Amino acid sequence: MELDFNYSSVAGVVAAAELGGIPISRLVLNQQALQMEQSEESIYEHMRSNYRVMAECIEPGSNKNLRSTSGLTGGSAYKMRQVAESGTSLTGSFLSGALYRALAVSELNASMGRIVAAPTAGSCGILPAALLTMQTEKNIPERDCVMSLFTASAVGMVIANNASLAGAQGGCQAECGSAAAMAAAAIVELAGGTPHMVEHAIAIAIKNILGLVCDPVAGLVEIPCIKRNASGVAGAFVAAELALAGIESAIPADEVIWTMKKVGDAMSSSLKETAEGGLAATPTGRHLHEQVFGTAREPGNGCSGCGGCAS
Amino acid sequence: MNVFDILGPVMIGPSSSHTAGAARIGRITLALLGAPAVKADIFLHGSFAKTYKGHGTDKALIAGIMGMSTDDSRIRRAPELAREQGLEVTITTGDIDGAHPNTARVALTDANGNRVSLLGSSIGGGNILVTEVNGMEVSITGQHTTLIVLHRDAPGTIAAVTEVMADAGVNICNFRLSRQQKGGDAVMTIEIDGSFGPELNQKIKVLPNVFSSTMLQPI
Repeated sequence: MELDFNYSSVAGVVAAAELGGIPISRLVLNQQALQMEQSEESIYEHMRSNYRVMAECIEPGSNKNLRSTSGLTGGSAYKMRQVAESGTSLTGSFLSGALYRALAVSELNASMGRIVAAPTAGSCGILPAALLTMQTEKNIPERDCVMSLFTASAVGMVIANNASLAGAQGGCQAECGSAAAMAAAAIVELAGGTPHMVEHAIAIAIKNILGLVCDPVAGLVEIPCIKRNASGVAGAFVAAELALAGIESAIPADEVIWTMKKVGDAMSSSLKETAEGGLAATPTGRHLHEQVFGTAREPGNGCSGCGGCAS
Repeated sequence: MNVFDILGPVMIGPSSSHTAGAARIGRITLALLGAPAVKADIFLHGSFAKTYKGHGTDKALIAGIMGMSTDDSRIRRAPELAREQGLEVTITTGDIDGAHPNTARVALTDANGNRVSLLGSSIGGGNILVTEVNGMEVSITGQHTTLIVLHRDAPGTIAAVTEVMADAGVNICNFRLSRQQKGGDAVMTIEIDGSFGPELNQKIKVLPNVFSSTMLQPI
């Protein structure tokens, strides 16, 4: 079988890794070095620097006084971290640790902090939360976490080639859904799962978030995006845990991705990042829009406070 | 597409179009001015006008005008830094006919009174398109090394410029010409592959009928 170097299908990537008897991350790093005409070491170093930017988001992101530029959000990561570190969390330090990290990166993004788009700014908390929690809670070496980002990237490339990573095209399933699938794949590899298990984790992660709309209040990357990053990382762990138990998705990953594209196409444009529908169109959503941008408009500035602006 | 298109860029949030793209528009205006700005007049249109406060589009534009890149942590504090450095900024909003929803008109003045104005749009994922410089139509993405050649509309001028480039082994990937009227002012926007030293620009500057030539590095 020929190695799938076009990232046209998950099945192709998985088959190539199984054929070579190597993890997906290894295969992708090797292929990217050839494609980008750089050494594996320099590409790894670049990825490590991105991983460290992710790690640097956690402290400032979970600061008690952090607020977004609009003033609408901030401080959730602090609250969640308090609970996670006090040992009183309902679900334990592992899940609560992932939740506060996802909130921290996402709230830092909303406050004009420095983040890595993964794959987008709106979904930037999910992968860092997954990997940093694996590193901290399971004592996984940093090097393995960095390598797992290559596995995650391969999933992102397949989705980009067959569906979309943009909320404006595919709804939130394309952003937080893709990030959850990428994170699930990385987690399975870090936990010692096979490429076959990675494939099923991807399928399960996307199936569980299929159809999620992109409906940002006031067109800002805050409400409900920040909390969807928390649920995104939880969904990634759910998918990974099921796949690691040997549970398989009845629908193959590539068909699930195809479905995500079809569902995104069928979605009304009011639910694709236009802030015209969903939570953005609720009375509270409209009120928050007015609170941030004001109701009185200068002539020619045309916004009636309907929230109908592209983000 | 490679792995860093998926896991990247490293950027200041919250939005690649409203924050990262805006910073790049500011930065390309500074590059065209060629000297630090003392005055910046920013006019915002469409979604930029409606949502700039929540997205920090104003801060990102000011940061770019001060030379900061899209991942510079100082973007948040750009308006204060501008005040400290004596950069006077005005921000107004309104409509520009037919413009992309995420569009800004930026006019900069340097300490010697030189002025440059442009119309730039943030077209998604942090990518930008500059469509107008000093009232003349251009097409600049900032992704390639770009030459902006202001000249008189006279026969042989384009041939002279492209001959200099051919002699230097330059490959042109995008060429656009715009003129105000026959025989009047005209502008060539030439995007090229690779990177070249300032001597290429010097050779173009001294050609007949060329008023000025600016070489922009990728922004």
